[in-house]
Amino acid sequence: MASLNITNVEKSFGHTHILKGINMDIQDGEFIILVGPSGCGKSTLMNCIAGLEDVTGGQICIEDHDITGVLPKDRDIAMVFQSYALYPNMNVRKNISFALEIRKLPKAEIEREVERVAKLLQIEHLLDRKPGQLSGGQRQRVAMGRALARHPKIYLFDEPLSNLDAKLRVEMRTEIKKLHQRLGTTIVYVTHDQIEAMTLADRIAVMKDGHIQQFGTPQEVYDNPANRFVAGFMGSPSMNFIDTELVNHEGQVCVKLLVMDQLHYLPTPSSERGLLERVGQKVVLGIRPEQITHVIPHYASNPSTFIVKAKIDVIEPTGPDTLVLVKMNEQEVNCRVEPHEAGKPGETMSLMINMSKTVFFDPITGERL
Amino acid sequence: MSESKTADLTSVAMTPRRNSRMGDTLAYWMPKLVLSPTLIIVLVFFYGFILWTGYLSFTNSRMLPSYDFVGWANYVRLFNNERWFVSLRNLAVYSVLFIVICLAIGLSLAILLDQKIRAEGALRTIYLYPMALSFIVTGTVWKWMLNPQVGIEQFVRSLGWETFRFDWLVDPNFSIYTIVVAAVWQSSGFVMALFLAGLRGVDDSIIKAAQIDGASRFMIYTRIIIPSLRPVFFSAFVMLAHIAIKSFDLALALTGGGPGVSSDLPAIFMYQMSFTRNQMGLGAASAMIMLLTVVAILVPYLYSELRTKKHEH
Ligand SMILES: Nc1ncnc2c1ncn2[C@@H]1O[C@H](COP(=O)(O)OP(=O)(O)O)[C@@H](O)[C@H]1O
Ligand SMILES: [Mg+2]
Repeated sequence: MASLNITNVEKSFGHTHILKGINMDIQDGEFIILVGPSGCGKSTLMNCIAGLEDVTGGQICIEDHDITGVLPKDRDIAMVFQSYALYPNMNVRKNISFALEIRKLPKAEIEREVERVAKLLQIEHLLDRKPGQLSGGQRQRVAMGRALARHPKIYLFDEPLSNLDAKLRVEMRTEIKKLHQRLGTTIVYVTHDQIEAMTLADRIAVMKDGHIQQFGTPQEVYDNPANRFVAGFMGSPSMNFIDTELVNHEGQVCVKLLVMDQLHYLPTPSSERGLLERVGQKVVLGIRPEQITHVIPHYASNPSTFIVKAKIDVIEPTGPDTLVLVKMNEQEVNCRVEPHEAGKPGETMSLMINMSKTVFFDPITGERL
Repeated sequence: MSESKTADLTSVAMTPRRNSRMGDTLAYWMPKLVLSPTLIIVLVFFYGFILWTGYLSFTNSRMLPSYDFVGWANYVRLFNNERWFVSLRNLAVYSVLFIVICLAIGLSLAILLDQKIRAEGALRTIYLYPMALSFIVTGTVWKWMLNPQVGIEQFVRSLGWETFRFDWLVDPNFSIYTIVVAAVWQSSGFVMALFLAGLRGVDDSIIKAAQIDGASRFMIYTRIIIPSLRPVFFSAFVMLAHIAIKSFDLALALTGGGPGVSSDLPAIFMYQMSFTRNQMGLGAASAMIMLLTVVAILVPYLYSELRTKKHEH
């Protein structure tokens, strides 16, 4: 258990800069999720934390000890890889005990530790098998077991579940969460799965092009994205972005929204300060699909909700909700409605827009206004 | 109405099926037809001639094949022949040294090349290059190099080290080792290429995991990477064993079995008995013994390798 402080970490391979100044302060026992598009440097950052790659700048501290130049084995970190990286020529028991043997622990203690880990992950019956004889899910468990032995200070998980099928992934996700609650060890976990990120994280770091775009709790990142990239990256289906214009309409800052030849002026939420000085300028309105629903009577009187009539282009049932695709300001917009309220393509239906959680971005820089 | 419709459908479905049955027949026989000449050639010239050699080894053939049956007489003569034992012992010494040294050098070179060094491509080509030469060329080149009058010995002496001696080629006690040297020179680059491919196939994250577990570079190689190269060892061993047993041309070009019979190999023995010394029956018997030796070594090895592989997957 330990805190992890990453200060201005940079990493280049030759002339390609992969990490461009990463800053993260991670508390003892936190579960940190690192998300970002493929190739943005997530694995590189993990390798730098583990010491598998030397940083080209900056500092990494564990429990306030500078470990920037320390060898991987002396950092007291364990890592789980996407490919599991089990030693193919050793059986499961050996795989788990390898690190302990290198650290020259007494035999009895090693045996006890293997027993404990095997019991924790329910792989006791697999101990004498070779990795080649295990299924994907079993290999994943063994890889976790290997990390759990020897009680490291920090766990690093690099997309540990992405090679599993959907059902198993959900099961393992829950188990990892339970495990973290039980052990309370600091975890840094890379994933590209939205739901994994939202469900597991104490805090989420969204990365792009070697920069951390935003670092906050799942709810913060979801409700208050720092920029258009974060807003679009988190959430599935992703946030709608509508090009529009800020106008002063009846004393309120409003956005113009043209739906089925009908022009609507929708007031921006009062929490979005700073919009006043942009009146007359073009902005991007960000609104999540679940903020545009069928008309729910007792919400309709809410001052932040507005009802518009729209023509349905496409519907996509997902089970619990149906996604309805309509056009606003000539742009496609996803709405999330109750399945039995959704009309058919070509029909018009009334939609209720909740403006209270909308966000606004600069159309050029993509920064939050 | 619906009945006539189904009838229609079946008749429609039937017609193409009849056509396709002819196609199926063709598709069934075509590969067999195409392969059969090769199959016949292999059967006649490979297994047929093995059987014929086996038969000849029980006859009193001399310069030409004869069919007078003499039982085990050739085998008895063979195992009373001093020169045959010399050649067998030479083969044992030669193949053990050749295989072990080739594996060791090949693996070491591959590990060194695997350290992300510069000019790797060029070095790889240089090490592989001897493989492109035939054994006859290798044998001839090394014959000059090892010749005390013109080769390495002469060269070192010309540098001023007058007492330097390197005359294995003309020393009956050492002549077999010159064949080992030349064969290792020719084949270890190839073994290196095999190992390098194997090393490159090892998942990078396995090495990372081992580093985090605290294994030193040496341990990563000895405990994890090299054990996982087992299939490569197997392939390399099979290739080398079969090169060793076949090394007839190299020995002939380099030492010719000499001085005397000191570097004789079974293949040379067999060739000389059968074709230059008019002892075809004896030659055939030695050929059969060689065949049985190869089978005795390779079959159990193949069997155990293939069986464990099936278990692992
Ligand atoms: N050893 C390396 N040498 C050169 N480039 C590398 C190396 N490792 C990673 N990269 C590059 O760094 C970038 C980020 O890679 P990575 O951290 O693996 O991304 P991801 O976020 O998908 O895990 C990629 O463009 C990759 O090509
Ligand atoms: Mg990655």
